[in-house]
Amino acid sequence: MADKKKKNLPPVAQEYQVFQQQRETKRTLFKNCIKAFLVGGFICFIGQIISTLYMYFFNFTEMTVGNPTVATLIFITMLLTGFGVYDRIGQFAGAGSAVPVTGFGNAVIASAIEHRTEGFILGVGSNMLKLAGPVIVYGVFAAFVIALIKTILTSWGGL
Amino acid sequence: MMFFWAFVVGGIICVIGQIMFDVFKLTPAHTLTILVISGAVLDGLGWYEPLIDFAGAGATVPITSFGNSLVHGAMAEAEKHGIVGVITGMFEITSAGISAAIIFGVIGAILFKPKG
Repeated sequence: MADKKKKNLPPVAQEYQVFQQQRETKRTLFKNCIKAFLVGGFICFIGQIISTLYMYFFNFTEMTVGNPTVATLIFITMLLTGFGVYDRIGQFAGAGSAVPVTGFGNAVIASAIEHRTEGFILGVGSNMLKLAGPVIVYGVFAAFVIALIKTILTSWGGL
Repeated sequence: MMFFWAFVVGGIICVIGQIMFDVFKLTPAHTLTILVISGAVLDGLGWYEPLIDFAGAGATVPITSFGNSLVHGAMAEAEKHGIVGVITGMFEITSAGISAAIIFGVIGAILFKPKG
């Protein structure tokens, strides 16, 4: 499709495209992966600190501590998103800040803040989950299919 | 030691996401959706729980844990109530992530003004 598009352009534009491709700063894959690794690892590291605090002071077990940790991280994300810091981290880290739940929180909170001018019901309420929606929808659907298969296998398959 | 493995495992999951961004040219929404589904599949196979034992927050903080806990909640209810439990139990464990995102989203919209 890209080639087809190119042929339809006037020659000057084609020259420009070549020129632009040469000048474009190359974002190397390796560098990006290192950045994503460091930032993503750091977020999980903070999560581990929060988990340890919860286990130590509030008697959560290793299995139940995930929930309060996630909620706390999303709270921190709200502050970082509100003050515009999370966007800058995201530009630097790529997937490193998008893959942890903080990225999910950021997607929800940023769209909530962005659409505030359109009112709280039609703006905030209906746009909040625009970016995070696919994650919830397909997460739930996939979980449904898998849990269904597993239940059928365990109850009738004798697994 | 748990802190070290949390860092490494969390970092590796983010690198997988980065590779999906850069090599397969997927949008963030596609990448996150695939990661959530793979988390659900891994839990279905029973491999996610050992990872949480091993890496702690390194496995619970990335979005893959979302799929894991959805399947987990559904399975826990299904054991008690049979096939209906698959639907009723789904959000039992995951609720914290979604409700926190929604609650803090509304609070954030009240507190902060959009920029630019």
